Amino acid sequence: MSGAGEAVVTLDGVVFGWGKGPPVLDIASLGLNRGERLFLRGPSGSGKSTLLGLVCGVLVPRQGRVTVLGQDLGTLSAAKRDALRAAEVGVVFQMFNLLPYLPVLANVTLPCRFSPDRRRRAAEASGNPEAEAKRLLSRLGLTDPRLLDTPVRSLSVGQQQRVAAARALVGRPALVVADEPTSALDADSRDAFLDLLLEEVSASGASLLFVSHDMGLAGHFDRAEDIRALNRAARKAEAA
Amino acid sequence: MTGGALIPLALRSLWDRRGTALLTVLAVALAVALLVGVEKLREGTRAAFERTITGTDLVVGARSGQLNLLLYSVFRIGDPTNNITWESYQALSRRPEVAWTVPLSLGDSHRGYRVLGTSQAYFQHYRHGEDRSLVLAEGKVFDDLFDAVLGAEVARALGYRLGDEIVLAHGIGSVSFADHGDKPFRVAGILAPTGTPVDRTVHVSLEAIEAIHLGWESGTRLGRAPQASADEVRKLELQPKQITAFLVGLKSRAAALRYQRVVNTYPEEPLLAIIPGVALTQLWSVLGVAEKALTAIAVFVVGVGLLGILTSILTSLNERRREMAVLRAVGARPWHVIALLVVESAVLALAGAVLGVALVHLALAVGAPLLEARAGLALVGIAPGLFDLAVVGAVTLAAAGMGLLPALRAYRASVADGLTVRV
Repeated sequence: MSGAGEAVVTLDGVVFGWGKGPPVLDIASLGLNRGERLFLRGPSGSGKSTLLGLVCGVLVPRQGRVTVLGQDLGTLSAAKRDALRAAEVGVVFQMFNLLPYLPVLANVTLPCRFSPDRRRRAAEASGNPEAEAKRLLSRLGLTDPRLLDTPVRSLSVGQQQRVAAARALVGRPALVVADEPTSALDADSRDAFLDLLLEEVSASGASLLFVSHDMGLAGHFDRAEDIRALNRAARKAEAA
Repeated sequence: MTGGALIPLALRSLWDRRGTALLTVLAVALAVALLVGVEKLREGTRAAFERTITGTDLVVGARSGQLNLLLYSVFRIGDPTNNITWESYQALSRRPEVAWTVPLSLGDSHRGYRVLGTSQAYFQHYRHGEDRSLVLAEGKVFDDLFDAVLGAEVARALGYRLGDEIVLAHGIGSVSFADHGDKPFRVAGILAPTGTPVDRTVHVSLEAIEAIHLGWESGTRLGRAPQASADEVRKLELQPKQITAFLVGLKSRAAALRYQRVVNTYPEEPLLAIIPGVALTQLWSVLGVAEKALTAIAVFVVGVGLLGILTSILTSLNERRREMAVLRAVGARPWHVIALLVVESAVLALAGAVLGVALVHLALAVGAPLLEARAGLALVGIAPGLFDLAVVGAVTLAAAGMGLLPALRAYRASVADGLTVRV
C-alpha cells in the first residue's frame, strides 16, 4: 500500500486456484487509490489475468478479501458483483476488444446498455451516451465522423484499441483495467495510445490498473509493481 | 441490468452472420412448410371429402366393400363391381321408411369424365357442403332422352356450351375405342361449381344409358346387327334393367340402421348399404396410417431443421468466446450470455417458421385453384389458423429450449475464462 487517499481497490491475503488445483495466485496485499495509475509488470502465465478477474469480480478468491470502492466482493452476490463491474470498471484487452457486429459508436456505448449508472453519468457529461462517446472518440484522436458508423473490422488495430479505451472510459467508471492493451501495437502507436489513455484516465478521474510485460512503459505511471514479487504462489512454485 | 438490451444485440449479431443465418432460416422454413403443408392438405382433403355428400342417409350397391361402394358411387373413384337389379331397387325404394331414392348408373365416360345415369330426383335430393343442393348455372335439367347436364368443370375444361353435341364412350378410360357415336347427346344444362366430383361428371337420364346400350348387351356392339336409330329408340320402352347403386333418404334418420340391416339381408341378391359418414370414418382410419407416417416424417424434418440451428450456433460458439468475454467485461451477467444465445436460436426458428407458414399459404393460394381444376380436389378450411400459430409457437419454443445447450456451454466457458479471451 502506498500513497494516501481513498482506496479504489484493495487485495488482502488473497489466494486463488482453479478448481481443486494448487493456488496460482497468493497476494498478501495490494492497493490502488483513487486517481492512481498503477503499472503491474508480469510475463504471461504470472497470474496477472487471474488478478484482473478477481478485481473485476468475475473470479472469486479461495481465501482473503478483494474490496472495490469499499465493497467486499466476497460478501456480494454474483449479480451485485456484475452490477458493480458494469458501473465502475472499464476493461481494455490486448486485442479483439470490440463486438464485430456493432459499429464503432455502439461499441463505445455498450457499457451504458448494461449499467444505468454509466448511462446516467455519460448523459450528465455530454447530454446523452452517444454524444459522450463521440467526445471521447475525438479526444482519442478518432475525429472523422464517418468512422462512427464504420464496422469495427475495417479499423486498424491501433484504432480498435482507442475505441476500446473510449468504451472503458464512457460513463466515468472509477477504475480502468487494461490487460496488455499495447502489446498488439507497433512502437509508435503504442506510445501514442498510452499517452492518450493516461491523459483521458486522468481527465475522468479514474484509477488505472495497467498490466503489461513491457517494463519500458513503467515510467509513465505513478507506481510500478512486479506481480512475481507480489505473488507468493509463483515464488513457491519456482522454489519447488 | 437491462435485459431489453439483449434482443437488439442478438439481432445485430445475427445480421452480422446473415449468410449462414439465412440458410438456417431457410432450412427451418422448408421443414415447417412441409409439416404445415402436409397438415393443410390432410385437413383440406378430409373436409372436401366430408362435404361431398351430405343429407344422404344411405348408399346401396352390390355387395362389395364399404369403401369401394362409397368411392365409386359418390367419388367416381374406382370401378363398380356389380350391378343391382331394377326389381330390387324398386322393392327397396318402396319401403315405408324411405323418403326418396336416387338411382345411379355408372360405366360410361366422356373424354375421361365419368357419365352418370340418374333420374331428376338427383337434382332434387343430392346435397353437398352445408345442405346445398345442385344449382344449374345455365340451361335446364335433362328433358329429352339425349339431353346431358354437365358438371361445371367438364363444361369449362372442354369448352362446352348449351346445345353442343357430345358423344359418350363405353367404359371409363380417357381414350376409348368403343364410342356411342351413333347416339350423340345435346348439352341441356351446366351445373354451378360445387367443389365435389359432381363438377367432373356428365349427367344423363337412366333411360339414355339404357338407350345407348341397345344392342350392347354382350358388352360390345354386336356384329352387323341392325342398329336402332336415335329417333327409333325414343319410341321404345326404356325401362332400365339394372343400376349400379342408389342413394337413399329416409324419413327419419333413426331408421338408418334398421334399413341398413334390411338391405344387407335382402334375400333376392347380395346387397350392401352404407352410411356415408361411417364409411368415410373407415376411409380415414385406412388413410390414417399413411397420414400419421407423413406427419411423423414432417415432424422429423422439422427436428432436423432445428438441429441445423443448434449446429450453426455451436460451431459459431468458439469464435464467439471473445464476444462473450467482451460482454462479460462490460457488465453482462452470465444469464445475459445465456439469453443472447437462446434469443438467437428462437429468432432463427421464429423467422423460419413464419417464413415456412407463409410459403405454404402462398403455395396454397396459387396451387389450390390448380388442384381444384386438375384433380377436382377443392381444399376446404385451409385459411391460416390456430394450427399455424401453434406450429410457429412450438417450433420457436423448441428452438429456445435447444438454444439452452450452446448457451450453457458458453456460460461455462465464460465462467471458466473469466475475462481472459482465449483464442
